[in-house]
Amino acid sequence: MVPLTAYLVVAAFLFCVGVYGTLARRNAIAILMSIELMLNAVNLNLVAFWRFNTTDTNPLNALQTGMAGQAFTAFVFVIAAAEAAVGLALIIALYRARQTVIAESADSLKD
Amino acid sequence: MGSVDWVQWLAFGILTLLTVGGALAVVIDRNLFHSALWLLLSLFGVAGLFVLLNAPFLAAVQVLVYMGAIVILIIFAIMLTRRMMGISETVNNQWWVGAIVAIIAFLVIAFVLAQAGTGAHPLLVREPLTTLSGRTVTDLGIALVDPNQYGLPFELASLLLTGAMIGAIVIAREDD
Repeated sequence: MVPLTAYLVVAAFLFCVGVYGTLARRNAIAILMSIELMLNAVNLNLVAFWRFNTTDTNPLNALQTGMAGQAFTAFVFVIAAAEAAVGLALIIALYRARQTVIAESADSLKD
Repeated sequence: MGSVDWVQWLAFGILTLLTVGGALAVVIDRNLFHSALWLLLSLFGVAGLFVLLNAPFLAAVQVLVYMGAIVILIIFAIMLTRRMMGISETVNNQWWVGAIVAIIAFLVIAFVLAQAGTGAHPLLVREPLTTLSGRTVTDLGIALVDPNQYGLPFELASLLLTGAMIGAIVIAREDD
């Protein structure tokens, strides 16, 4: 079996690529895509730790949290869907108001 | 066992290549539409890794929700703001700071992982503690709706989705 460390390194790389994209890209939609990459890295970490550390997945056992990793990942999916919907709605509203989706040009709070 | 290991490593390598390469192309590609397509590839790689990790339900959800819904939503937004696709400057003038931060973060995480994986008492397990039975999907389904486990968070998640949906409609609606 591929060791846990290999999955964690892949997830770390994915996360750092997302960090770079979020910090460097100008287009707000590209920033949103980079955030999705970071969420995916976290999901990968959660599932990898679940796979390697869980001992019993039977949820009917008393106080058993054997499915915690997968359940958390399912909730991250929900958060990601909500975040994408609201974020893209904000971007479209911004485009309608200012005719731009460049993150730096949405700076009217500055002056 | 040896041949199974070999196949797993091969699958892991290919999926890692898809995931990592797709992710790099997402942040590097100048064409936003191509970025969205690369994102699709990267998400597919992650779905494959979920399968390798015995999480078939999450892999299916990844394909349905991420690749099917979220990326389509992103492509919709790109199309609606089509005039912005022609801009030549894709990165801001602090992009090198972002690159340095990302590289340092990766090196720190890799160093910590290398430390935790070696020594007399490695913190990272090298082999899974159990060989899972085939019914993890059933187990996940029961865990998500069991009132003693994730029943309440599950209901709250539906509430959050409803709120986000209404919020998105209100925000994106044209003023009249």
